[in-house]
Amino acid sequence: MGEVVIQTDKITKTYVTGTNEVHALREVDLTVTKGELVAIMGTSGSGKSTLMNMLGCLDTPTSGSYTLDGVRVDGLGKNELAAIRNQKLGFVFQGFNLLARTSALENVELPMLYDRRGLKRDIRALAVAALERVGLGDRMEHPPNELSGGQQQRVAIARALVTEPALVLADEPTGNLDSRTSVEVMALFQELNAGGKTIVVVTHEPDIAVYATRVVRMKDGRIFSDEPVASRRDAARDLEELDRNAA
Amino acid sequence: MNLLILFRLAMQSILRNRTRAALTMLGIVIGVAAVIVMVAVGYGARSRIREQIGNLGTNMIVITPGASTTGGVSQGAQAFATLTVADAEKIRSQSQTVVAVSPVLALRSQVLAPGGNWRTSINGVDTDYQTIRDWQTDSGSFFGPEDVRAARSVAVLGRTVAQRIFAGSDPVGQEIQIAALRFLVMGVLAPKGQTASGSDSDDVILVPYTTAATRLTGRPRIPQILVSTASQGEIPAAQEEMRVLLRESHRLSGDDDDDFTVRNQTDLATAAESSTRVMTLLMAAIASISLLVGGIGIMNIMLVSVTERTREIGIRLAIGARGADVLIQFLVESIVMGALGGVVGLVLGFTGAKVLAYFTGWETVISPLVMVGAVGFSGAVGVFFGFYPARKAAALNPIEALRYE
Repeated sequence: MGEVVIQTDKITKTYVTGTNEVHALREVDLTVTKGELVAIMGTSGSGKSTLMNMLGCLDTPTSGSYTLDGVRVDGLGKNELAAIRNQKLGFVFQGFNLLARTSALENVELPMLYDRRGLKRDIRALAVAALERVGLGDRMEHPPNELSGGQQQRVAIARALVTEPALVLADEPTGNLDSRTSVEVMALFQELNAGGKTIVVVTHEPDIAVYATRVVRMKDGRIFSDEPVASRRDAARDLEELDRNAA
Repeated sequence: MNLLILFRLAMQSILRNRTRAALTMLGIVIGVAAVIVMVAVGYGARSRIREQIGNLGTNMIVITPGASTTGGVSQGAQAFATLTVADAEKIRSQSQTVVAVSPVLALRSQVLAPGGNWRTSINGVDTDYQTIRDWQTDSGSFFGPEDVRAARSVAVLGRTVAQRIFAGSDPVGQEIQIAALRFLVMGVLAPKGQTASGSDSDDVILVPYTTAATRLTGRPRIPQILVSTASQGEIPAAQEEMRVLLRESHRLSGDDDDDFTVRNQTDLATAAESSTRVMTLLMAAIASISLLVGGIGIMNIMLVSVTERTREIGIRLAIGARGADVLIQFLVESIVMGALGGVVGLVLGFTGAKVLAYFTGWETVISPLVMVGAVGFSGAVGVFFGFYPARKAAALNPIEALRYE
């Protein structure tokens, strides 16, 4: 077992609406170690989005503890959580969530602008490097509306990577993409994962989960199954196959 | 995020919605321009009054005959001609505080000269009159003490009179006729312009008061005595001394009212200035209401902007912006909008004041303080009215903001 990146201990999230109590998460224990590519699956209402928000420090649990990259996160204040998101996490969303009318480069620079540690680093150079890493070295000056969906998601991935976070969280990253582009994005995730990145992907598509190293299934706010992927697929090879078939 | 980036973000956001931003700023523009024009006109009026009062003379005290009240019944000033040449002479010989004294005898008369004739004021004065009113001669000279003592028929002409009856030629050394009496013109006075009440200071002929008293009017009483002190600080003491001397001279006992009035320039200036100050304040207050309305416009548009950009705020919060970062971003935007409006308003107000001055002939004074104040204030309007929307933005929940369509 490698270094532990995520460790949750009986985290629970209960929403109170009027007299109703909604148990979005019930005592979830999840441990993810460095270098894993975990897919979290489940239907809507299964609690996977809540778990995702919890793991992403966008929300705090009602009870239970959460340790991210050695830092106890539950109980931290808003500003401390913002700093954790900024330094330890990289987000990739279904809707890309790039700033409109802002170049790819500036989008990727953004997280570094909110870093308050006062690091002496060349923000521009790091952003360029991140974009080159996702294969967009030639589209850096383009705003999102001049990029294809796949390219936009690459920009988002570059933005998630640029701060060298301990964890990349992807929430339905292929939800808005066609199947070929989806495989492309997963190939990129596999490549990054092979380079040592810890990645958690939330998805409801089994086709996407097969590219992970481990699949966690959720149901009614609990982890229902948690197992390694037996027949893991190589997204890069699938792409080649797709291209061959098309030709 | 450093300020430069925040400023650039604000400019980007404003430029993306040019029409909207311009219309929003219009309120501030009009407010600032209005305040500047109003204050410029007010200051102009005030500086003109100051100039006119200053034109009257230096450290001057005016004594006029007539009691403010007689036996409990209020009389208009100059109800009785109670001042005499003897009063002026008593002041001259006994006063410790005044440095110059001159009685003024005023009458109007037709003046004849080879070049034309003109009806004007004839003032009989002493040589000190020149000192008191700080009135230089342009050509020739003022009459001297000997001319006064001997009650000689000599005259000094105001600029207007000189131009009217000696069109073009030099009046000095020539003769004029006042009420059938020949006068030698000794000098022409430098122009003084309009008085505070709007009449022409230069439409006057000065003659020795002795001449005026004995040869022109024959009246022993005089309507005005002017005195001046060496410095501003001595004026109150001098005023009191004048009262004591004149009461003594007029044989007034303890409970008799003064039968004369002693006033100084400051009294005159204060009265004239206070009314313009009130007007200026009133106009500026009305103009600032438009600044307030402009500020509400900014708040309105910032609220719209926050709603429109909910998703952007969500993204920023998700990748690590603190609430304070978002707050500052929106605040800078509203400040920039306010200050930009202020600068445009400043230019417009400046131009407006100049145009107004050109067409109406009013004097307008634009002080740098007002300019800095107007732009600063419009920036402050941006802070004040931008704060609520900015705080609303900063308080957004990142999860909900990201989900916002």
